[in-house]
Amino acid sequence: MNAKEIRAPRLAYGETLVKLGAELDNLVVLDADLAHATMTTLFRGQFPERFFNVGIAEQNMMGIASGLALAGFMPFASTFAVFGAGRAFEQVRNTICYPRLNVKIAVTHAGITVGEDGGSHQSVEDISLMRSIPNMTVMVPADAVETEKAVRAAAAFDGPVYLRIPRPPAPVFIEAGTKFEIGKADILRDGRDVCLCATGLMVFQAVQAAEQLHAAGIEATVVNFHTIKPIDERLIIELAQRVGKMITVEEHSIIGGLGSAVAEVLSEHRPVYLKRIGIQDRFGQSGAPDQLLEAYGLTAANIVGAAKTLLARQAE
Amino acid sequence: MEPLAQGELSQLNKRIRQDIIRMIGTAKSGHPGGSLSCVEILSTLYFRVMNVDPEHPRWEGRDRFVLSKGHAAPALYAVLAHRGYFPPEELLSLRQFGSRLQGHPDMKKTPGVDASTGSLGQGLSIAVGLALGGRLGGKTYRVFVVVGDGEIQEGQFWEAAMAAAHYKLSAVTLVLDYNGLQIDGTCEEVMSLGNVGDKLAAFGFAVSEVDGHSIAQLESAFRLPAQDRPKCIIAHTHKGCGVSFMEDQVGWHGKAPNAEEVARALSELGGGSS
Repeated sequence: MNAKEIRAPRLAYGETLVKLGAELDNLVVLDADLAHATMTTLFRGQFPERFFNVGIAEQNMMGIASGLALAGFMPFASTFAVFGAGRAFEQVRNTICYPRLNVKIAVTHAGITVGEDGGSHQSVEDISLMRSIPNMTVMVPADAVETEKAVRAAAAFDGPVYLRIPRPPAPVFIEAGTKFEIGKADILRDGRDVCLCATGLMVFQAVQAAEQLHAAGIEATVVNFHTIKPIDERLIIELAQRVGKMITVEEHSIIGGLGSAVAEVLSEHRPVYLKRIGIQDRFGQSGAPDQLLEAYGLTAANIVGAAKTLLARQAE
Repeated sequence: MEPLAQGELSQLNKRIRQDIIRMIGTAKSGHPGGSLSCVEILSTLYFRVMNVDPEHPRWEGRDRFVLSKGHAAPALYAVLAHRGYFPPEELLSLRQFGSRLQGHPDMKKTPGVDASTGSLGQGLSIAVGLALGGRLGGKTYRVFVVVGDGEIQEGQFWEAAMAAAHYKLSAVTLVLDYNGLQIDGTCEEVMSLGNVGDKLAAFGFAVSEVDGHSIAQLESAFRLPAQDRPKCIIAHTHKGCGVSFMEDQVGWHGKAPNAEEVARALSELGGGSS
């Protein structure tokens, strides 16, 4: 599978908000002084009366979003992942999720591909935080095409959603016609030897890894987990039965993210060998996104290596 | 419903205070001090100021109320029950398993509760969102938010205060239940608030100060004409007001009275010991 183009998912986020703004009168957008980075500035340009820049105050932004939802609007609140999930965690928990209000928290600049800004701004724990809150749905789109689908799905869903979007431009490879259903993972490739479960930018790496494995005579299944919560439990169990060797890949800590979610399902329903590829309980640092992905072991080559190791272990 | 006359309301306030004591006594947990300090504020709002319809708690045109100091839930529940949102008999189920009356306000469970609150410092943000939504939706409802004095130590409160002024939210009335006490001591000792009136005026609020136990003073402050800015009423109150041994006592922030104390409190409030 080759990429058709390179495009920033956050640009797709901003453009989708503009499209949805024309379709939905009750859509409002909030930002905390990062509108040019999160791309909500596109919405502001079209619908200034429905855009609220609350300044550098993420906690207040979540409270205001809560109030707007109580008044019948559907707020999309945007900032960087580290602030939306981290700084405002308790506001998200108590004023949005506890009363199950229809607020979408759409964050950009998630993970280490933030790059040069360094570890202070690279959220490696946000999925874990958001996944643990009752009533919350967590989505992590794989590219710009899927970002539009995820934003639309979030808008059509009644309840709190956390939408995790990266910073850099990324290969576009999800087919435009792919159906997006919250909580249902997509099988991108079928193979009997090993199953690669990936999310976000790592889905493309997994696809590339599968091609390299194929060249080496190993057939990999590749699954795109665009929803981390609710996790597609049924499919995970089925894959464990059918393929049996599982690898998770995420640009997030191995603690609490996709790897944990898959491990939870496997260990309760069908224990099989599982390798979690992700950030190994460390913070990020400055560097170019590609440099960092390599340094943190998040490339197709790492996935290929892990698959071969896992297969060797199973053969013992 | 016609607004309740001020004289009748002060009679009702006694009843509300009795209810608060009975509720917390029965639950064996809760926050009597801060519930008793805001009785007049809440009852004046619900019986004389706010445009609400207990038959239709979710009526879109209603004035909104946010109890930022959610631990004063017993006062809110008693006021709502007497206003007709649910039967007063239900009040004694406070904090019980399965009750609609949770330890802190839960809009999903209790008729008449407009916002779930309890984590301090967050109510004014919710009020700002409600007011922005009202303006955007072309509604003329007002938003009243009652904030404890201690909770303005939370930074988010000042973020929200800045936003309320920035957006010129004249629909917002912030009432500060200024009883001077918080869990660990007086606000002065723990983290002094300084001149709150000056601070909020500097943030852009139209500030007035009243005796928070005077229905007449509260009502005049609520009825001050709207300007192009949010209103703030600093209501000077006494924690534990109405029960001599609780008044201005730090120890009665989050402690339930025992049976003997309930009886004493009720007799002071003219409610017998039942």
